[in-house]
Amino acid sequence: MQRIFKILFFLLILNTNFANSISAENSSKLLTTDWSFKGPFGKFDRASLQRGYQVYNEVCASCHSLKYVSYRNLSEKGGPEFSVKEAKAIAASFEITDGPNQDGEMFTRPAKLSDKFAMPYSNEEEAKSANGGAYPPDMSVLVKARAGGADYIYSVLLGYVDPPENIKLDDGVYYNKYMYGNKIKMPKQLSDDLVEYSDGTNATEEQMAKDVVSFLMWTAEPHLEQRHKTGFRAIVYLIILTVLVYFSMKKIWSRVETNV
Amino acid sequence: MSDKEKPNRRDFIFTATAAVGVVGAGAAAWPLIHQMNPDASVKALASTEVDVSSLQPGQSITVLWRGKPVFIKRRTENEISEARNVKISDLKHPEKDEDRAQNPEWLVMLGVCTHLGCVPLADKGEYGGWFCPCHGSHYDTAGRIRKGPAPTNLEIPKYEFVNSNTIKIG
Amino acid sequence: MSDHNYTPSSKFGKWFNDRLPLLTLANHLTDYPTPKNLNYWWTFGGILTFCLITQIITGLVLAMHYIAHADLAFSSVEHIMRDVNYGWLIRYIHANGASMFFLAVYIHIFRSLFYGSYKAPREIIWILGIMIYLLMMAAAFMGYVLPWGQMSFWGATVITNLFSAIPLVGESITTWLWGGYSVDNPTLTRFFTLHYLIPFLILGLVVLHIWALHVPGNNNPVGIDIQKPSKDTVPFHPYIVIKDLFALLLFMIVFAFFVFYSPNILGHADNYIEANPLVTPAHIVPEWYLLPFYAILRSIPDKLLGVVAMLSAIFILAALPWLDTSKVRSAVFRPLYKQFYWILVIDVLILGYVGAMPAEGLYLLIARVATAYYFLHFLLILPILGKIEKTTPLPLSITSPVLGGSADLAMAKNIDVRKEKL
Repeated sequence: MQRIFKILFFLLILNTNFANSISAENSSKLLTTDWSFKGPFGKFDRASLQRGYQVYNEVCASCHSLKYVSYRNLSEKGGPEFSVKEAKAIAASFEITDGPNQDGEMFTRPAKLSDKFAMPYSNEEEAKSANGGAYPPDMSVLVKARAGGADYIYSVLLGYVDPPENIKLDDGVYYNKYMYGNKIKMPKQLSDDLVEYSDGTNATEEQMAKDVVSFLMWTAEPHLEQRHKTGFRAIVYLIILTVLVYFSMKKIWSRVETNV
Repeated sequence: MSDKEKPNRRDFIFTATAAVGVVGAGAAAWPLIHQMNPDASVKALASTEVDVSSLQPGQSITVLWRGKPVFIKRRTENEISEARNVKISDLKHPEKDEDRAQNPEWLVMLGVCTHLGCVPLADKGEYGGWFCPCHGSHYDTAGRIRKGPAPTNLEIPKYEFVNSNTIKIG
Repeated sequence: MSDHNYTPSSKFGKWFNDRLPLLTLANHLTDYPTPKNLNYWWTFGGILTFCLITQIITGLVLAMHYIAHADLAFSSVEHIMRDVNYGWLIRYIHANGASMFFLAVYIHIFRSLFYGSYKAPREIIWILGIMIYLLMMAAAFMGYVLPWGQMSFWGATVITNLFSAIPLVGESITTWLWGGYSVDNPTLTRFFTLHYLIPFLILGLVVLHIWALHVPGNNNPVGIDIQKPSKDTVPFHPYIVIKDLFALLLFMIVFAFFVFYSPNILGHADNYIEANPLVTPAHIVPEWYLLPFYAILRSIPDKLLGVVAMLSAIFILAALPWLDTSKVRSAVFRPLYKQFYWILVIDVLILGYVGAMPAEGLYLLIARVATAYYFLHFLLILPILGKIEKTTPLPLSITSPVLGGSADLAMAKNIDVRKEKL
């Protein structure tokens, strides 16, 4: 019996260690902050997500798409939770190509809640040619698509420094302390007071990076809060059932005088 | 432990275990069942707006809404009066024409036969309205069932006139 | 066995059972005499059944929403994760379920290795198990391709290219597997079809695996045959059922931690980047459960020989009942084998570790030494060990602490005699 618990304990430790060692492959180097969504009870900070949307919209959206995210998601539970009215207004401020109409022509119209986020470029080639040959990746699942996750994106946003002397950079290539390979084609984007937060939060570089990365964590894992909540219930339930089954087992095996 | 106690306590732990187990199995089954319900993107599929400015009296168009055809008919004076002069008591599914058309000139309804879901044909049948070729249901100029196996009138979806030229369905 | 004489008590039951002996089968399964002394390492058979069923059910559900097309696969997975009711839960259970399945199967295999469960008269059970394991690897590999991320695509490219190592016909076989000149839409659709099929093949083999088990009955931690069924065994139901259930619940707690709190830990971040035939990820790594074999593949500097070594590493297991010459089953009574057993465990862990590392420098050297040892263990150490090892005395029965048994007790020579005892 004791042995079982030892093994179980070992596996749980392994689980958390795994988590640490992988998410933090170079964690000694990566910057981090007090993410509200970390840990088994982690939740998103609504205000931060709303500010993060603002940063995405004003800074990132001109190059980076969010093609798997719909405007309706902005008002859904567990996300930034804009009101339906606000989400409708946000959607309506973007033009979406629809059609063809009765004359067989494509036309643009204001976006609706059911539409996916408007794309900055009509195709990958256009995106590349507008960005010196580098494709600005879609950001829907970006946080999950990078080892290091939220910390990594946060670090890259804040990691622009002067290159060491021995490194020569081509035109349109920038040096970033945390970027994989240190060379990045995206110039530094964030600077203090780049956006004006409507809730009065001081728009420092770190604050904007934190908000937009939180927002991207949500776009990558829109059901994170539900997952954490369901997980807690499932595990509490399993523990209760395990205890009951344990006593049932003891009872049954007491008939044969063998230890289980 | 006396002999009397023994079975009781044993029963209790077994019953409790089984009960908790059954509850958990039920809870675990729910996601597997619920996943087949309409998903968030289907439920969000919003309304369709239709430009009807080009329709002349007597003409109709069919548009797709939630995967089903919707008939939009601009009725002639004749058709309207025909629909309004029917004795309600003669109808299989009594409904006044006034209750079926917000604006008497415009009839908006789901083009799905209430019998088994085929799409009725326009301007056919014995009542000058629609006729379902699958099992011979006749609908009048207000889309009401007059003859044949269909039990009810053609369904009216939720719709509104955004302006005089545009109808928003849903 | 005793249950052949089973007669249902009700009249209808008897009528039905005479035509289709389902009740006899049910009776056999519940009454199946199981050694009393099985420890918790024996609960993984039940856990594996649970894993297989979970994978099949969640897989069926995912197949209702997944689209097997190179242009749509990635976005259909995102659709499952975002829009389908509980889609995120079902997908995370399926993805982590694969890892849990392999975790359980490795414990099951190493339990068998420790207690000598592969030895006579259980060779067929063991070989069926190896076949299940092979099919599991095929299913897992093809399943990993379906999300059509970067690791899916490049994993598929690398693994299918293994076949090009076959002399003369290799290229043709690879093209045939792909249905084109690279991994592309035809490859994806056929992988989906096969991924859907294989679990049902596994299910069939599992039935045979259990059938074959029920002929001689379970091995047990002391590895000697049942002497007195009335004293040494308990009926499967309720004793083993409740014990398996208890172990399963503990397993499910670990499973739940992965699903709910670190669902992507066992996967690779690159697989959230849509497949791109123009860019290869910096490190192509298979899922953790295939790493030891991947390390063996890379440790050999020749394409063909690397593939041969990797496949031999698996197929050599099928010959194990004949490579191990010891008559004593359980490692408990084999002091030398016990040590070599643990060295093998460490060796496989090392292979897994270097499989995840770049194939260069020290890692490559370690991989070569570990690969060599792996084969040495099965081809040299085991055959010799059986001849020279001095085993400690065996107990007279599995419930008796009295020692003094001999190797003959462990290995009943005459199957008929053993059947009579049961």
